[in-house]
Amino acid sequence: MNWIRTKNNTKINLNEIPCLEIQELRKEIIKEQKRPVAFFGKDWGNERVRLFVVLADDKQGELLVSSALFRSFEKSYESLTQDIPAFHIFEREFYEDFGIEPLHHQWLKPVRKNQKDYPFFEMQGEEVHQVGVGPIHAGVIEPGHFRFMCNGETVYHLEIMLGYQHKGVENLILKHPSNQLAESIVGDSVIAYNTAYSNIMETLKDIKISNKAQLIRKLALEMERAAIHIGDMGAVAGDIAYLMGAAVFGVTRTLVINTMLEFSGSRFGRGLISTGGVNFDLDKEKIERAQKTFEKVEKDVERMAKTMLKNSSVMSRLEKTGTVSTERALEIGLVGMAARASGVELDTRFDFPDKWINELNVERKPFKGAGDVLSRFKLRYKEVLESLAIVRKCFKELEKYADEPVMTYSDNQYAKDAFAISIVEGWRGEVVHIAMTDNTGALTRYKIKDPSFNNWYGLALAVRNNGISDFPLCNKSFNLSYSGNDL
Amino acid sequence: MLDTLKSRIYQGQQFIKDIPNAPMREQFRGFPILKNIEGANLQKCVDACPTGALKLNPLSIDMGKCTFCGACKNADKSNSIDFSNYYKLASTSREKLIITEGMTPEEYEKTAVEVRKEITSVFSKSLKLRQVSAAGCNGCEMELNACSNCNFDMGRFGIDFVASPRHADGIVITGPISKNMTYALEDCYKSVPYPKIVILCGTCAISGGIYQDAQEINREFLEKYPIDLYIPGCPVHPLTFINSVLSFIRNKK
Repeated sequence: MNWIRTKNNTKINLNEIPCLEIQELRKEIIKEQKRPVAFFGKDWGNERVRLFVVLADDKQGELLVSSALFRSFEKSYESLTQDIPAFHIFEREFYEDFGIEPLHHQWLKPVRKNQKDYPFFEMQGEEVHQVGVGPIHAGVIEPGHFRFMCNGETVYHLEIMLGYQHKGVENLILKHPSNQLAESIVGDSVIAYNTAYSNIMETLKDIKISNKAQLIRKLALEMERAAIHIGDMGAVAGDIAYLMGAAVFGVTRTLVINTMLEFSGSRFGRGLISTGGVNFDLDKEKIERAQKTFEKVEKDVERMAKTMLKNSSVMSRLEKTGTVSTERALEIGLVGMAARASGVELDTRFDFPDKWINELNVERKPFKGAGDVLSRFKLRYKEVLESLAIVRKCFKELEKYADEPVMTYSDNQYAKDAFAISIVEGWRGEVVHIAMTDNTGALTRYKIKDPSFNNWYGLALAVRNNGISDFPLCNKSFNLSYSGNDL
Repeated sequence: MLDTLKSRIYQGQQFIKDIPNAPMREQFRGFPILKNIEGANLQKCVDACPTGALKLNPLSIDMGKCTFCGACKNADKSNSIDFSNYYKLASTSREKLIITEGMTPEEYEKTAVEVRKEITSVFSKSLKLRQVSAAGCNGCEMELNACSNCNFDMGRFGIDFVASPRHADGIVITGPISKNMTYALEDCYKSVPYPKIVILCGTCAISGGIYQDAQEINREFLEKYPIDLYIPGCPVHPLTFINSVLSFIRNKK
């Protein structure tokens, strides 16, 4: 057995994870041809490093886990990126953290550390020039450095150098694990991150949470998705100077996040979720008010999006701008919303379904994406309406569980020698948390993978052969997380 | 064209007319109210606090460390600790952010923001700010962006975020300040012409917040340069931000 198969939010014994030689593991990974979800090291004592690999079998809804041990004298291996480009960022991260070099990796650049000697690509020629932007950008956003290689106004290539947000989150979680820290990792995905963290804690501590709490988490996640998508539709409108859209989507988003404030005391849902359930119950009155608000939101979004997409000057800016083809998306391993907009059917809500997908009768609705800004805009529009429909179903379902508690209190400790994976489809895509404990039951490794980790390279490909002035538009259509990448 | 006009008429007026007196939903966790109630198990509350903001003997909450998560309130049912929906939380002094037993928001507001003539005479009608996210999680950043949307419309007071530090009167820092941002932050501050102010926005910026023990942060900048205004919140609500800045630059109570 070279792999152990597991599921989302399921605990496995660390000792049951196969430990192969790296050459063998490499062959296995290439043989499986599955999507990488995690590829990370852990200090294994005596100068050894153990490499863990998690692949997703999206068709079966299963996760494949295996590992390899590097002894102190093994400091390199033949890179996987040569055969499966989607591994490029994972191998870069592993190299940066543990100094084990993936040989013949064409793109072995820093991920979030060692910014001082970042080896930028250079381009030469008479008309060629570079444009450097950042780390502090023109708007109120997180920091990162972008370097455009241009010929006139056309971008040949964009290099994205990140790491400015690096705080050492993974180590901090080991020191002080808390829901408050989990929701402060990526502040625009509070619910997604806190759900993933809570799920993994509940898995490791064997806590069963009530149906009611599960439903409240689910509807909060969909509210977060709807709110951010509406806000980003407004941001796309703003970037093409369609101010009507920017204004209307902006105020419509406010309605959703103010409802979140009523539910949880915070516009982004901070403090709502705790390990064991949720901190706030929803009474009938709140639900009714929310239902009414969301009906208005639905109507307003529909009205504005239709008006906007009828406008020919809007269409000329959005259509065929910043395209990532389906082949490219598959090749570099895009995930989440960006992948779906490029025509890759990938949504962990359906690929790794929880019981509510069946009980609420939520169906996957395919989207024919062309991979351009317009597709990403239309996909967001579609997902806003779908998310609000799911929220409505959750409200209805909640009636069945009115008497249940929202919180399960427990003094359970972490299971020993355990390994658990939790995947939550945030609005950007899959938020992956992985936790490990040792034989004393102490938390020894916490790994986080944000969808942005996969998708930043997608942005770099999207702007190729576009005018440099379209960069903000392309960027907004993805709206990737700096914090999620830098951790 | 007609559709656009129709949409415009349908939307009507969306802005909040009276920002200083804007109502806040009762669920909002703002200014903490501390009471001495017999039989309360306050140690449980202290243990629940993720940032060490809550202290005993005497009972106090440091709003510069508090993430307003409500964990202390949930830990003990005695209601010794409660969060009011009062949202004007800023202070010009770091010490004043520490709230003690029995303090009311009205009392706090009286002395929290010290109005200085050199500030009001220069900035009262126009304040341009350069925002620097120094490892902020994007929570405060999103709320600062929201300050300029149609609801809050901060621009009507002459307060705006600008792209270049050369055009700015001061900087607004969010986030606990990562090592990798120290150079850019200082560079940005130096590029702002005098007279200039520094505003710390959000719990992370004020004290490091939930990230105070993180390995990769460096907060030396804050020791080197004077800080003019502290705005607590996690994240800072747009009404908190706008009203805080207004009370700082305008000589009105």
